[in-house]
Amino acid sequence: MREKVRNFIFENFLFGGTDAELKDDDSFLEQGIIDSTGMLELVAFIDENFGITVEDEELVPENLDSINVLVEFISRKKTLL
Amino acid sequence: MCGIAGKYNLYENKKVSIETLKKMITTVRHRGPDGAGVYTDGRIGLAHARLSIIDLSGGTQPMCNEDQTIWITFNGEIFNYIELKNDLLKKGHKFRTKSDTEVIVHLYEDLGADCLTLLNGQFAFAVWDRKKNELFMARDRLGIRPLFYTISGGAFYFASEIKSLFASGEIAREMEPSALDEIFTFWHTVTPKTAFKDIYEVPPGYCLTVKKGVLTKRQYWDLDFTNKSPVLDFEQSMEALRELLIDSTRLRLRADVPVGAYLSGGLDSSVITALIKNFTDTSLKTFSVAFEDKNYDESTFQKEMANALGTEHHEIQCTYGDIGENFPEAIWHIEKPILRTAPVPLFLLSALVSKSGFKVVLTGEGADELLGGYDIFKETKIREFCARQPTSTSRPQLLQKLYPYLPAFQKQSRAYREAFFNKNLTDLSDALFSHRPRWKTTSRNKVFFSDDLKASLNSSSIEDEFKMTLPEGFATWKSFARAQYIETKNLLPGYILSSQGDRVSMAHSLEGRFPFLDHRVVEFCAALPLHYKMKGLNEKYLLKESMKKFVPERIAKRTKQPYLSPDSKSFFRGGKAVDYVAEVLSESCIANFGYFNPASVRHLFNKCRKGGAIGFRDNMAFVGILSTQLLHKEFIEKFEATSLMDTDIKIVK
Repeated sequence: MREKVRNFIFENFLFGGTDAELKDDDSFLEQGIIDSTGMLELVAFIDENFGITVEDEELVPENLDSINVLVEFISRKKTLL
Repeated sequence: MCGIAGKYNLYENKKVSIETLKKMITTVRHRGPDGAGVYTDGRIGLAHARLSIIDLSGGTQPMCNEDQTIWITFNGEIFNYIELKNDLLKKGHKFRTKSDTEVIVHLYEDLGADCLTLLNGQFAFAVWDRKKNELFMARDRLGIRPLFYTISGGAFYFASEIKSLFASGEIAREMEPSALDEIFTFWHTVTPKTAFKDIYEVPPGYCLTVKKGVLTKRQYWDLDFTNKSPVLDFEQSMEALRELLIDSTRLRLRADVPVGAYLSGGLDSSVITALIKNFTDTSLKTFSVAFEDKNYDESTFQKEMANALGTEHHEIQCTYGDIGENFPEAIWHIEKPILRTAPVPLFLLSALVSKSGFKVVLTGEGADELLGGYDIFKETKIREFCARQPTSTSRPQLLQKLYPYLPAFQKQSRAYREAFFNKNLTDLSDALFSHRPRWKTTSRNKVFFSDDLKASLNSSSIEDEFKMTLPEGFATWKSFARAQYIETKNLLPGYILSSQGDRVSMAHSLEGRFPFLDHRVVEFCAALPLHYKMKGLNEKYLLKESMKKFVPERIAKRTKQPYLSPDSKSFFRGGKAVDYVAEVLSESCIANFGYFNPASVRHLFNKCRKGGAIGFRDNMAFVGILSTQLLHKEFIEKFEATSLMDTDIKIVK
């Protein structure tokens, strides 16, 4: 699952790029990789690939702002399904 | 409007070849289909292509004064030519024609370069002074009309469009790498640079002299926000603005041909159209673009305005396919990479207007820059407020007011909107504060640059270089005024008036005229207190209040919708790219031209093909990369100058 998330971020927001460009704990916002509309693409990705709906109040950096927190968020939501 | 071109052998007494001039002017015959002329005098040659608007029978160019010591090739209109002519007649000058062009010739005789301050108009011209052996060129204050030049092989060349310079066959054709850096940051090149190496433009508000092989540039006008005159109260300002706009519009209706108006559905063009209707006798035909994609379409407002004024209204329907199909030809005219497809529907609209028998159209450009209409001004105000009071709780609500026309933006959470705007961009002492978020977002697209391109770029920051173009004392101005200056001096001439204006309208021999860009209106607006322009977050407040009697309430109260058209969506049909798009964005073509990274572009291409590009950034990247590739293909890989319409070129002397 981590691989899938990583690949999505690299293809859609870094458009390729080397592994060194983004570490798993790098903040997307701070790096300027994902902008405000990019977040919506991410939400769609999570929905389509993991069947998880991101509620409005869950649309916060704590859940979505790095590969690590994303993986954690998806795992958490999946166990609740 | 017209097209001009010329060549001046700087060091040797070589004659300028008529064939060269013919080749140069033929390439811009779309700017002047009604006639053409060339003039040579030893080492200098001037050429002209005419779009007859004033004095249809008499105004042939290049044109001279009584004793043929001053010759001009002129692209533009001098709207106060009648008043200037009266003064000149009183001084004893003799006129052979009824044209405005001849007025400049005699003014120049009397005043030289100082004549520029008297001209109310839009212009780009070159004057050859035989007595002084001097070539004098000038461009209007705001950059409405284009003027490019280069020096090559000991000769100075100038023209209305860069393709003219290349058509001489004597100029090398290469992209300027730093121009790509600038476009993928600022959305435009920073004058005098163009997209091509060693090709320059005369900056707006500048004149240029070539004498004894030496080039001298001089600024004769600048936008000035340091108001020292007494401030009118709001009521007086409303009246003054209205009077100025009426006069400005009246002057711009001076033509011996029918004049039309564009209606975008927004406030500015509605104001202009209402002024024409209410204060002149001109019968009014209006024109608009309607979009297949309802997210961009404003046709209900356009029709409402047309009905309210009782104009004869015409519209073109613009589909995704129309944009995709016409994009390459539009790039041929635009001559630089662009990040939006917005010029293309206007390219199509000008074709309709021209076919309907019009050569002149009035439009509302300029109001947003001068009266604070753009969202960037609101953004600047909000960001400044947030930066000064970081603990304020009304912040989140303010940010939601931005971009109400973008559903995607509204759906995001507060946290993300805030984070986007606040991130490292709170330095209020930064002179470029207003524009950093735009530039930062756009610059992310440099991730697509090839390693070669990145390596060829100067490591110093182009944003710091940009600071050098700003006037003294700029950093002390209010941030709102600074933002206005940057937009008016850069985006306006660098994109709005050129790529979206002159280039796409003149492609179909249609001259645009801009009442808001009358320099008296510009100077008046620059002197206004900022809160007359934006009251709270109510943009263009003074304009709305002063014109509300003439514009339907629904239009006056409309939320600002910037003119946009569908971007990456226009280039795909049923999940497949339109032919030429697949070819120029292919990995081999990308690698071959060398500007971009093939693998990165492939990812972007796939994302757009699947419909996943919903944000500004990806769409700007796509259109930017596509237009750069097309520019290289059409101008550098091979260059095919037009060879039509060269049989009616008159040898004037």
